[in-house]
Amino acid sequence: MIAGQYGDKEGRWAWRLTGFITLCVYIFMFAPIIATVVLSFNASMFGGFPLTGFSLQWYAKLLSNEQVLNAFRTSMWIALVTAAVTTLLGIITAFALVRFEFPGKATFGTLVILPALVPETILGVGLLVLIKAVDQPRSLGLLLLGHIMLALPYVVLITQARMVGIRRTYEEAALSLGASRLSSFREITLPLLVPAVVASALLAFTISFDNTSASLFWRPAGVETMPTQILSMLKISISPEINALGTVMILVTVGIPLVGGFMLQGLTRLRKRVDAKGNA
Amino acid sequence: MTDGWKLYDPRLAWMLVAPVLLLLLLFLLLPIAVMAVYTFFTFITAGVETSQLTLANWTEFLTDSYYHGFLLKTVRVGAMTAIICAVLGYFPAYFIWATTFRHKWLLLLLLIVPFWISFTIRTFSWIHILGEQGIINVTLLRLGLIDQPLQMLYTEGAVIMGLLHFLLPYMILNVYVSLESIDRTLISAARSMGCTSAQAFREVTLPLSLPGLGAGLLLCFVLAAGSYVTPQLLGSGRDALFGNLIYDTIMGQLNWPMGATLSIVLFVVLGCFAAAYTRYMGMSQIVKGLGG
Repeated sequence: MIAGQYGDKEGRWAWRLTGFITLCVYIFMFAPIIATVVLSFNASMFGGFPLTGFSLQWYAKLLSNEQVLNAFRTSMWIALVTAAVTTLLGIITAFALVRFEFPGKATFGTLVILPALVPETILGVGLLVLIKAVDQPRSLGLLLLGHIMLALPYVVLITQARMVGIRRTYEEAALSLGASRLSSFREITLPLLVPAVVASALLAFTISFDNTSASLFWRPAGVETMPTQILSMLKISISPEINALGTVMILVTVGIPLVGGFMLQGLTRLRKRVDAKGNA
Repeated sequence: MTDGWKLYDPRLAWMLVAPVLLLLLLFLLLPIAVMAVYTFFTFITAGVETSQLTLANWTEFLTDSYYHGFLLKTVRVGAMTAIICAVLGYFPAYFIWATTFRHKWLLLLLLIVPFWISFTIRTFSWIHILGEQGIINVTLLRLGLIDQPLQMLYTEGAVIMGLLHFLLPYMILNVYVSLESIDRTLISAARSMGCTSAQAFREVTLPLSLPGLGAGLLLCFVLAAGSYVTPQLLGSGRDALFGNLIYDTIMGQLNWPMGATLSIVLFVVLGCFAAAYTRYMGMSQIVKGLGG
């Protein structure tokens, strides 16, 4: 094993240093988030330290804040639609990229991941300039399509990676037995793709739900998504309400993938058990 | 299927990718093309411009040192962030790769969790650490080490801190993916041939992990240099980056031709870095890092 157990003294010291820095990096990554969660239960009128007592009043206040609730609803449905549409488009695209050879495939493959590499500010301005040039107003549909484009690279990459591992002979066997193209895909490929589909949908959901920079450009006048709502609240002050809001957002965006992941694991285990019984 | 079509007919492939291609043409390529044309439009007054072609925007950009300053600062902050990310990120990546800890997946999961947490929330949460009522100032004041709060928030340091916080997971995952692809027997071989552990690292592990480090550097640089929210929340007016300049030019001054010009400049500058990188390293490492 090449791990920490190097023979020489130098190696042991280097390994300890590596472990120490790793610990510091993890603390660095989570300390601010933990501080926000802790402060959301603070009784103090101001959104900062010191802690003065436990209170749930900021959550109660949040529930009666009509603006926040509206932003939450907007973000939620945009993220749900983005997740559904992007996953569908991603599967089709990945299928074409993995199974087919066609002229321009390499260029298309690069084009698909481009939205992940071009800064959102540029994507944001570009689309605005375009709709200004053709005299169209900003609309929710535009925001939605924009989110789909932003999530697409990740979904295609995840699905592609999984699809490469599914042998095409499975599909071809079904075809040679008389299955139609669509049913061979539905019956053979899709079930094998399930983990990638779930992962893609969850990631697309969070990408859309969290998107800030591009949404600032694309949202129609008067519409706030959750992140833009937080930004505009932050312009006024760091109120304890924002900490509560942040905590709720963390619960939604971390909780959903975690629950999804565990459910998927449980499902796979269950299926294995059922399969084992069937074979017995 | 249609008669006369092969099983994996290119025409079918085109039909499958058509919706996505259409989306990318309309939402990615066309906007950038229109933006490029807009840079030659004439600005009349806030929100109004004519299609009278002019070089005024480009002359203004090329001659006004105000813009050059912004561009240089943005490149500097982006480069500093990327380099610090590489230095700090290499250790955890190496640790996760080399550890014999049974629950390695937990360490990896903890790296992915930040991707799920809203970027805005992660950024503003730094106010609780660095601000006047932040944990550092409150602790130091209580201990009597300082009389008044230190000004840490709304500085360039705070902006870089926020960017590091956002970009470290990208870097760590990129390096980790590249370390994972190293054949571990190479290291044992080097050791058994008499290399010290330091030599084995310098001669074998480090060079083989460079592609991941390179991809991480590029990704962190591009994302840092294109950031808008972090300088907005954690920096003062003086710490604004190019993204903030673009936003203000368009949303504040409503000067669309100039805003388009600045966007194209940022796009070309970052594109040059990316092109230089892919020329030497290829795209595949970035793809691996994003999908990892």
